[in-house]
Amino acid sequence: MPQRWGVPFIAWPERMRPSAWDGVALPLVIGTLLLIGWASRQMNVPYQPGEALPISLDPSNLPVYGLRTVLRMVLALIVALVFSLAYAAAAAKSQRLEKLLVPILDVLQSVPILGFLSITVTGFVALFPGSLLGYECAAIFAIFTSQAWNMTFSLYQSFSAVPHDLREAARMYHLSAWQSFWQLEVPFAMPQLVWNMMMSVSGGWFFVVASEAISVSNNTVLLPGIGSYISVAIDQRDLSAVIYAILAMLVLILGYDQLLFRPLLAWAQRFKIGEINEEEVEPPWFLVMLQRARIFRLVSFAADTIAAAVSRLTHRVSAGPRMSRPAPPWRGALIDRLWVGALGAVALLALYYIYDFVRVEVGWSEVGYVFFLGALTLTRVIVLIALAALIWVPIGVWIGLRPTLAHRVQPFIQFLAAFPANLFFPLVVSAIVALKLNSEIWLSPLMILGTQWYILFNVIAGTLAMPNDYQLVAGNLGVSRWLWWRRLVLPAIFPAFVTGAVTASGGSWNASIVSEIVKWGDTTLSAHGIGAYIAIETAKGDFPRLALGITVLCLFVLAFNRLLWRRLYSLAEERLRLD
Amino acid sequence: MRNLTHPPAPPPQLLAASGITKTYQTPDHSGRLVIDNIDFALAEGEIVAILGKSGSGKSTFLRILAGLTSPSSGVVEYRGQTVTSPAVGIAMVFQTFALFPWLTVLGNVELGLEAQGVPRTERRQRAIAAIDLIGLDGFESAYPKELSGGMRQRVGFARALVVNPDVLLLDEPFSALDVLTAETLRGDISDLWLARRIPTKGIIVVSHNIEEAVEMADRIIIFGSDPATIRADIPVPMARPRDVNSAAFRRLVDEVYTLLTTVPGREGGKRGPRGETIEIGYRVPDVSIQQLVGLLEALVAQPYEGRADLPNLAESEHLTTDDLVVLVESLQLLGFGHVAGGDIEVTPAGRMFAAADLQHRKQIFAEHIRRSLPLVAHIRKVLDERPGHAAPEGRFLAELEDHLSEEEAQRVLETVINFGRYAELFAYDYDRGVLSLENP
Repeated sequence: MPQRWGVPFIAWPERMRPSAWDGVALPLVIGTLLLIGWASRQMNVPYQPGEALPISLDPSNLPVYGLRTVLRMVLALIVALVFSLAYAAAAAKSQRLEKLLVPILDVLQSVPILGFLSITVTGFVALFPGSLLGYECAAIFAIFTSQAWNMTFSLYQSFSAVPHDLREAARMYHLSAWQSFWQLEVPFAMPQLVWNMMMSVSGGWFFVVASEAISVSNNTVLLPGIGSYISVAIDQRDLSAVIYAILAMLVLILGYDQLLFRPLLAWAQRFKIGEINEEEVEPPWFLVMLQRARIFRLVSFAADTIAAAVSRLTHRVSAGPRMSRPAPPWRGALIDRLWVGALGAVALLALYYIYDFVRVEVGWSEVGYVFFLGALTLTRVIVLIALAALIWVPIGVWIGLRPTLAHRVQPFIQFLAAFPANLFFPLVVSAIVALKLNSEIWLSPLMILGTQWYILFNVIAGTLAMPNDYQLVAGNLGVSRWLWWRRLVLPAIFPAFVTGAVTASGGSWNASIVSEIVKWGDTTLSAHGIGAYIAIETAKGDFPRLALGITVLCLFVLAFNRLLWRRLYSLAEERLRLD
Repeated sequence: MRNLTHPPAPPPQLLAASGITKTYQTPDHSGRLVIDNIDFALAEGEIVAILGKSGSGKSTFLRILAGLTSPSSGVVEYRGQTVTSPAVGIAMVFQTFALFPWLTVLGNVELGLEAQGVPRTERRQRAIAAIDLIGLDGFESAYPKELSGGMRQRVGFARALVVNPDVLLLDEPFSALDVLTAETLRGDISDLWLARRIPTKGIIVVSHNIEEAVEMADRIIIFGSDPATIRADIPVPMARPRDVNSAAFRRLVDEVYTLLTTVPGREGGKRGPRGETIEIGYRVPDVSIQQLVGLLEALVAQPYEGRADLPNLAESEHLTTDDLVVLVESLQLLGFGHVAGGDIEVTPAGRMFAAADLQHRKQIFAEHIRRSLPLVAHIRKVLDERPGHAAPEGRFLAELEDHLSEEEAQRVLETVINFGRYAELFAYDYDRGVLSLENP
């Protein structure tokens, strides 16, 4: 279609005329709007603590439960997006805020996500008394925490890495701060953001499932959703219901993969800086539909017009001579010092408060015990990561050396990583109960059930990225077997492996809260560990011990990341980068 | 707005800078001077080229003129108004194109107009006109990554011209392009300028290409480095179009080459090729030993036999001006060559080096760098004196950072480590970041 840009208003109607894709798109849009309207009304129903919400195991209820689960996920994602844009922009624009915001984010990232749920649920319930909305908010908040930090970090890093020449061009051509945020910084960050967002959503399914059945103060609230469905199925030892739930989740994730994940990734390609990737894959069908159906053009035209109006408005505000002479350096230095001083004072105060809290509320022997439990869980994480590496590295390399196979299995592995492993717990647990296995040992694999895929996925990617020349050289020199692994493959995939292992270990810490103590009907299996401790104290509603457990877990994660992963990471960056 | 009470006025000044200095903060707060007291004016109807070796602060100076960087002292005035931020009426074309990859050609060209709040219809008309003018019609809906380098830079020019700038600042606009593409684009821009088809009243072009500067400019300004100062201001009185093979043209090119590679010396101390005193913080040029050896070998062989005309040498050895300037500077620094009258002459030491075998070359090289580079002598002395004959690189970096920026210090140390390794004066362990006398 030849487009004469000079005469836009003659060209528009042509572009707006309905196409065949509208036949698919229109019902889809209207149906979605109606469903969202219905489901969001359901969120705000009256509810008194102690009241039991009827969850039926009849599989015909699953579509509705699935919808509620998806809605929670979507709401959390929207909140996370807004939060991360604001937080990352603040951290990237102000050096003073940066000093505070980045470390906070780092700590938040290592707080177990289900810990957020345990801590915040009482607050949210108090916020909306007599309504289910408080519990809904707590669940959504937990899902939000599983997505937001990751996205924020990605945005912050991208904002700090915007190429200097593009920044200069934006200033030279008088883009206002608002304009260059949306025209330069956000588009630049887009590919990485979309990738991180989609990874977060994949990880998020686990937490949706885990956060729908909220245990607080010896009272379990079941929010309608797939997570609650499976929790009731566990209570009633209903294996077939567990299978139904797994199937329903399968459909949900398939939908998410086809309707959101792949289209978004393909769309974000155009924001990539650099040459066009030669091996471009076929665009996902859903993206094609979005681009072809005229109704979406209308929407995007409207969005453009609104954006232009806003940007004109902000321009008028910020127009005129902008840059003033920089303040004298001593003044900046003084404010810096005051700022650091204030932060230090607040930190000291908080430290004292924590010290006092521990002394009065829990006692030091309890602290020692919790640290011991943390060490137990740490051992599990290390052993499991090592085992997973032993299994998946050879398999991943084997797949990675066969590119066609690798491209075929990659979507499956992404899919497996997104699938909430906690749905499979009942299957494993019923087996442990039936075979009377030692729960201290056999509950451990549950921790890595969902996260091991990150190792496999990254090892495959790392092997694929290894230049073919290296292999030819190795073959030419007769390098084989152990030497081939030691001198060629292991160093080449090391950076990718570390990335995968970091993700897997982070996920395992999180999973420990739901996997060290599990139920099957009336039988409760538990292993000693900090995850079980947190779960038990949450159920009892013992806030001081809960806070202690979460803090210690947090310290373990932070220390583990600092002492092990960061070092391996910088080693990988310095020495073993392929370029 | 000319003041009519002062009749025979010189052409009015578009852009004037006076007393510009720029100091960067160093870790020890002493401050490092990169631009020292530059006065400059661009008159209406003038193209001025700024030449200088890479890292001489010419790009920083251009950014100060543009209002992108603020000077430490001094004032930039555009039509009598002090410039403190990018002014409407001044546009810039970037070496790296700096196009937004997610916008089409049209989107990129419209960007400046959009930012100024020009209504959509007018914006589109003006953008289309600029795109046609620069010869990009048909590519309006293409994304930059679909275009070749030359086409991308055309987009860069269209984006600058569409805002009808008075002053066009060009930051090495052709240096990322291959020779043929650069020549074509340069010709097209010159034609637009000569035919007055663009409203631009003055152009400043930062360049590293001497012939380009002599071909385009009415005036050539040569920057000296460390810190940047104006070393020479050469008018180019030749009529256009200029014949690159005319005697006058060649003479001017020779003159500029000589100016860029030498300077009348100052007195006292060790002196570099430009006559400046060499200290530990001397910016050792970023040169590859292989290239240096290759050039020396070529120079002593046919047809040069020890003496070559610099522009000719650049052409026949396929060297860019930047490369040649750096190589020639290094040859002089090491005492292997000497520049006079646009020619380079190989010294006896240089001849000896070229004739020697590999091991002997290393010895000569070692001798010369210890003598002529204080940093090398210093490193060797420290290593000799230390009990373990080893020292962390951080120690030398810290010393260098008193004189150079962090990045530049890193680069200089890397170059010197390379020299030292080749000369087998000292060893370096990358993993530990340690310099030593060990023989690996």
